[in-house]
Amino acid sequence: MIAGILEWVGTTKWSVMLLESYYVWPLLESTHVVTLAFFVGTALMMDLRLVGIAFPGVPVTAFTGRLLPWTRFAFALMVATGLLLFYSSPLRYYNNIFFRLKIVLLLAAGLNIWLFHSRIHLEVEEWENDLRPPRAARIAGLVSIIVWTGVVFSGRLVAYNWFECEIQPQPGWVNFLAGCDAVGEEAMLEP
Amino acid sequence: MPEAWYPFFEWCEGTFLGSAVRESIYAFPLIEAVHLVALCVIGGAIIVVDLRMLGFGMKDQRIAELANHVRPWLVGGLVVMLSTGVLLFLGEAVKCFYNTAFWVKILTLPVALVFTFAVKGRLLDGLETGTRSRLLGSASLVLWLVVAAAGRWIGYS
Repeated sequence: MIAGILEWVGTTKWSVMLLESYYVWPLLESTHVVTLAFFVGTALMMDLRLVGIAFPGVPVTAFTGRLLPWTRFAFALMVATGLLLFYSSPLRYYNNIFFRLKIVLLLAAGLNIWLFHSRIHLEVEEWENDLRPPRAARIAGLVSIIVWTGVVFSGRLVAYNWFECEIQPQPGWVNFLAGCDAVGEEAMLEP
Repeated sequence: MPEAWYPFFEWCEGTFLGSAVRESIYAFPLIEAVHLVALCVIGGAIIVVDLRMLGFGMKDQRIAELANHVRPWLVGGLVVMLSTGVLLFLGEAVKCFYNTAFWVKILTLPVALVFTFAVKGRLLDGLETGTRSRLLGSASLVLWLVVAAAGRWIGYS
């Protein structure tokens, strides 16, 4: 059903215009990449401080207080451009195994952020000046570094999908994970 | 001037590394992904300091202090960036030769590097937020923005 809805979304006027545009799509994607460097970059600096390998002497609250609004701002731009890029070709991304991996990693990153802010960060005053923050904070920082690196990797590989549904035969697990069956059935229905 | 460089670009593409990058379907995308992660590290290191120079972000720290903290990450990021960038270039040097975005990037990059280390880097001691710091911070952001955006744009032509 999701595939059917997304296939319809991909036929709407604005979606087609976006995909076929000569400048808008590249502009959106370069904005996505620049805001990525801004967002992931500033988040990584904070993570390195949390892990305890950078910014000694700078309290963690300088990051979670002063810098975080800017990190969030870049994140908002990145999500907005990302959604528009998705809107340009929804079904193709939906059946892209790297895109699916990216979404899973994004959810993991979100969970990590929520755990950090709803628990560990509540007592930040007690350890904000520690060169080596408590174990839980260091783990949150490390998880963030790993997961966002994974998001960047899978995001870049979305464009090089070696497991495109149209390229068959693929191993069964690939078709399963990419949800290729739906496309296969629809393709067969066409004359 | 550019025409005279053509044989050099052709030679680059024919090098062992150039052919190796081209012949594997996995090499180019994976090197690109590493290039992109390094971009994030550099972006973070540059933006934390530049925002501060503009009077935003981590205002409780001195500009010079932040610049000292990010320096190893900036340099490390640049080392990875340049090595992966060279590999990507070797893989498609002739395409780059005919690519305007490539020339914009490759000519802005040395300017950005010299500006960051020889100009901005030397004026940090005791620098407070003011017109001078704001000018330095904006110039840095614009230069690196051009390098990053032109880099992405190489892939569109």
